[in-house]
Amino acid sequence: MNTSDSEEELCNERTSLLTGSPPLSSYHVETGLPSSVDTQTKRCRPVTNQSNNRETHHEGESVERDSTADGEDEELSLKYGAKHVIMLFVPVTLCMIVVIATIKSVSFYTEKGGQLIYTPFTEDTTSVGQRLLNSILNTLIMISVIVVMTIFLVVLYKYRCYKFIHGWLILSSLMLLFWFSFLYLGEVFKTYNVAMDYPTLALVIWNFGAVGMVCIHWKGPLHLQQAYLIMISALMALVFIKYLPEWSAWVILGAISVYDLIAVLCPKGPLRMLVETAQERNEPIFPALIYSSAMIWMVGMTEQSAVQQPSHQERNSDEEVGQSHHDNTEDNRNMVVPETEVHGAQSRTSSAEELEEERGIKLGLGDFIFYSVLVGKASATASGDWNTTLACFVAILIGLCLTLLLLAIFKKALPALPISITFGLVFYFSTDNLVRPFMDNLATHQFYI
Amino acid sequence: MTVAVFFGCSFIAFGPAFALFIFTIARDPLRVIILIAGAFFWLLSLLLSSLVWFIAMKASNDKDQQLQRGLLIFGVMFSVLLQEVFRFAYYKLLRKASDGLAALSEDERSHISVQQMAYVAGLGFGIMSGAFSMINILADSLGPGIVGIHGESQYFFLTSAFMTMAVTLLHTFWGVVFFDGCENRRWWVIAVVVALHLLVSGLTFLNPIYEGSLPPAYVILVSMAVWAFFSCGGSLQNIQQFLTCWKNDAGSEVAS
Repeated sequence: MNTSDSEEELCNERTSLLTGSPPLSSYHVETGLPSSVDTQTKRCRPVTNQSNNRETHHEGESVERDSTADGEDEELSLKYGAKHVIMLFVPVTLCMIVVIATIKSVSFYTEKGGQLIYTPFTEDTTSVGQRLLNSILNTLIMISVIVVMTIFLVVLYKYRCYKFIHGWLILSSLMLLFWFSFLYLGEVFKTYNVAMDYPTLALVIWNFGAVGMVCIHWKGPLHLQQAYLIMISALMALVFIKYLPEWSAWVILGAISVYDLIAVLCPKGPLRMLVETAQERNEPIFPALIYSSAMIWMVGMTEQSAVQQPSHQERNSDEEVGQSHHDNTEDNRNMVVPETEVHGAQSRTSSAEELEEERGIKLGLGDFIFYSVLVGKASATASGDWNTTLACFVAILIGLCLTLLLLAIFKKALPALPISITFGLVFYFSTDNLVRPFMDNLATHQFYI
Repeated sequence: MTVAVFFGCSFIAFGPAFALFIFTIARDPLRVIILIAGAFFWLLSLLLSSLVWFIAMKASNDKDQQLQRGLLIFGVMFSVLLQEVFRFAYYKLLRKASDGLAALSEDERSHISVQQMAYVAGLGFGIMSGAFSMINILADSLGPGIVGIHGESQYFFLTSAFMTMAVTLLHTFWGVVFFDGCENRRWWVIAVVVALHLLVSGLTFLNPIYEGSLPPAYVILVSMAVWAFFSCGGSLQNIQQFLTCWKNDAGSEVAS
């Protein structure tokens, strides 16, 4: 199956890891292939007594600290650590679980079925050297495609061709939500031998896709949007797992982490330019490419005291790209945290009282995709089976934790792929080749260590 | 090998650890992170010890069964020692980071104490150790086959599950006791923990003779549980208070 360009672009754009945005500028959401962690804005404007009144068990301290001087910026920005790590652990784990469950049960995704046009060289060669060469060539082609797309995206963004970008994104999510999920559902039905008629299937897919489009590109309950983003990341990862040949997949994973590092940290890197441009213009980055862990939550603009019910969310209307629910705030500031829908485009008024905004953390979908590709490939191809999968899983989570720690320390956009993918690759190869024989022998004799 | 065996064995092996996770760890993000980091440290120790075993195995004669068995035993002992070394390393890391961790946690009131870290770290080690020992066996139990068809014991899955549970809980208690020993500079405690770990692993060498490995492991488990309880501040009065409080609450509920 040849995938279209838009699908490729999808995956390219979906890697970034960010935290909230500065209070005065909007968030940095990095699009573009490499993932970046953006710590920019943890700091918000000083808290009003409203936030003080909002203390609950969980968030007491942070609120109190908010109201103290700015000298405690650093303390606060470190403070946003553990909870946000878990807020990312959970979706990453869920995505990986979906991918692993599919790989283990639906045999379609482990069967050889052709290759993408981006990896034209076959790996069915006779010699090891030839195979290695082919995989490196495949990687080069894939990475150059990704680089070109990213640069194209940055250029489009710089010249404000928002409609084009928006249309492109809508097309790609349409394809993912309808076509890929249809194929996925078909394979699941085949595996479990479920008979399904076309009208029912059409209804199900239509509902799934339509609600997904609404949730992702417009407004929707936060958890539903998060669930959809996880699902499309998983679908994309499954496509990669199926169509990338083995060695190419590993080399591509390694190369992508390197590219991520370069693109986010180098001054002329495309992603960094994207972030800076977005920052200058005070705009959020594209919807549907970023997983956000919290919604914007603004204190009510009325004179009511904050102890009362939190107001409905308001959002910035001047974002050209216009995604409301991608504004993020830490939603644990509020005692009542319903998944309320973001209401219409009311502009964010800055009232006389300062607003307390704490942003959640954002992670690009490309990160989800590549983490899941690593774990999925590990579970599909490793002969050590579950041990290898488990080891890669733990390695990726620890890498993510370390990345977030660095994020909290450096407070700027960081790539989320390198550390996790490096750990994942190291653990995959070492567990598969070293630990597996050891554990197999132990299990046979029932020795315990 | 049926689905019933699969579920039964997985609940036996992972039930207590899962319950401990749900009730004591899942709520607090910091503890989850410490748990996963503990699992990671155990994994590192396993990696290094497998590397050593692998090198030794490749450098030796493949055909000699006795030698291979001997090398495996050596591998197990070395792995146990390395696990304890990594436990110590994790203790050092946690101590050093303890202030940083306090800042990282959003609620200062939930500043985590060394005993809690010890418990969570031990549980992390235990869960990972149990998972690595048991998961492949569980996966196999779902497939077709007849246990012990070549004359081995037919209780393979069941005993594996019980042993895994014992090892998981043992790691938890060893973590508590070990960290306590490190905190109070009682090195004999560390030596005893290492010795007990070596003993439990060594007992598994008897393994088709399950009477030799399982009951002693459980005896050691119970004694470690008692020791860990007392070392982190528990006492008979605590238990009494806990029971009477509970009874009082129940009584008042009935009355009102």
